[in-house]
Amino acid sequence: MINFQYLRTTTAKSAAALIQKDKNSKFIAGGTNLIDLMKRGVLSPEKLIDINHVPLKQIVLIGDKIHIGALATNTAVAEHPLIKEKLPLLSLALQAGASAQLRNVATIGGNILQRTRCGYFYDIEMPCNKRQPGSGCGAKSGINRMHAIFGTSANCIAVHPSDMCIALAALDAEVIVANAKTERRIAFGDFHRLPGDTPQLDHNLKADEMIIRVEIPINNLSQHSHYLKVRDRSSYAFALVSVAAGLEIQNNKINTVRLAMGGVAAKPWRLTAAENFLNGKEATLENFEQAAKLAMVDAKGFGENNFKLKLAPNTIIEALNLAKSKS
Amino acid sequence: MKPSDQSNDEGNSRRDFLKKSTLITAIALTPAVAIKAAESEADERFAALFEKIPLNLTINNKPYKTSIEPRVTLLDLLREELHLTGTKKGCDHGQCGACTVHVDGARVNSCLSLAVMNEGKEITTIEGLANGEELHPMQRAFIKHDGFQCGYCTPGQIMSAVACIREGHANSRAEISEYMSGNICRCGAYPNIVDAIIEVKEGGTSI
Repeated sequence: MINFQYLRTTTAKSAAALIQKDKNSKFIAGGTNLIDLMKRGVLSPEKLIDINHVPLKQIVLIGDKIHIGALATNTAVAEHPLIKEKLPLLSLALQAGASAQLRNVATIGGNILQRTRCGYFYDIEMPCNKRQPGSGCGAKSGINRMHAIFGTSANCIAVHPSDMCIALAALDAEVIVANAKTERRIAFGDFHRLPGDTPQLDHNLKADEMIIRVEIPINNLSQHSHYLKVRDRSSYAFALVSVAAGLEIQNNKINTVRLAMGGVAAKPWRLTAAENFLNGKEATLENFEQAAKLAMVDAKGFGENNFKLKLAPNTIIEALNLAKSKS
Repeated sequence: MKPSDQSNDEGNSRRDFLKKSTLITAIALTPAVAIKAAESEADERFAALFEKIPLNLTINNKPYKTSIEPRVTLLDLLREELHLTGTKKGCDHGQCGACTVHVDGARVNSCLSLAVMNEGKEITTIEGLANGEELHPMQRAFIKHDGFQCGYCTPGQIMSAVACIREGHANSRAEISEYMSGNICRCGAYPNIVDAIIEVKEGGTSI
């Protein structure tokens, strides 16, 4: 690992001021993604600002929203009674990700900002427009079994690796970010970016900002929520396809539905067309199948990942079935 | 030329050479800011970049005071500096769990933690589990159930297994498998590891 300067800070304000001062610096919280990337030479910041002592670990209900501090760990959130009771979808998604060891240190803010696991991004000998803009995309006609089927561009077909973010997208979360002077809110669906012509930009956080918390509105979906993750082994693997499904059902009629898919795009993929179709309809297999069909309209495979074109709709249907049958 | 002058000259030039070659080696391993500092002969800044950071932590109930470069991981601190080689380096990328230790009671991958981030923390490694000559119940259970073959992943497995029970995630074979999934065993001793964990859990001794 290339050496760097190391600083600790204890307030969000001073953290934001430090990052503003030096463009080659990075925050470090859990470090489970950043240290890995630094060991591989993908990233080599000149300065690391340790924010672990900034008091942003709260998990609280304020009004009708649950606030989760950016430095709350995956484990703390997944096992918190408030989250298990009010937002089981988030708890399930968190538990489906990484391992117990990683979840103990990985943070909510870091999870949102984690980088793609595309092999071409990780291998500095390979072309990758996300790592080195203009160098080309190795994955498009290369090893792309894990890659995106939605929202790709000629420059990049990488996927966002987070499970938690799929649940946050389905739950209409907001990301609260701050610089040294002020705060702003970003709707979860607007936080991450599709590659387009700027695949090096994963998200819309500015260089002088840090995530300070997420806010998630309380909903009526907790009875019928399911996170279904399909992967190469039954635990501790990234998703081939995952679906976060939440339903509010009355007399077998769907009052509210939320659907988001992971492992298929550079950002959590909200299935708006499928949701619109299901709203107000009966919770039947036929309707689930029709919704899954609508969700797949713009999907496009790149060879090795063509199997996702079939796996994705099947996963949507199964996730809806499992969410429905929960009580 | 007097002998003393000669040696003085040699000394100077050797020192110069060492200085330069060290600088060149350092530059090869150094981010742009340090190169800039070196070019402008800003020696203080150059030195500051490689400054070792004081670090105080407790390892297996024993306080340690040291100073280290920020890039040293907790794993390398344990193995290379403190010679606590029970904790193993497997993948070094957080994928195998061989480096699992407890930090303030929680299991973590020590390969993905910078040592400096652990200031003031209490670390427990495999060396800290036994009570003198008496093995920890989990160590005894691993031996009894053949919970290993080559043994390389075993320290990490045992640290993770102890945490798994303490966390309350050892209530069924399926739950144990799920919560032990961060520890890979290439020999495939998984069923025996699960047996060992179940025995310790059902044995009811406080671990």
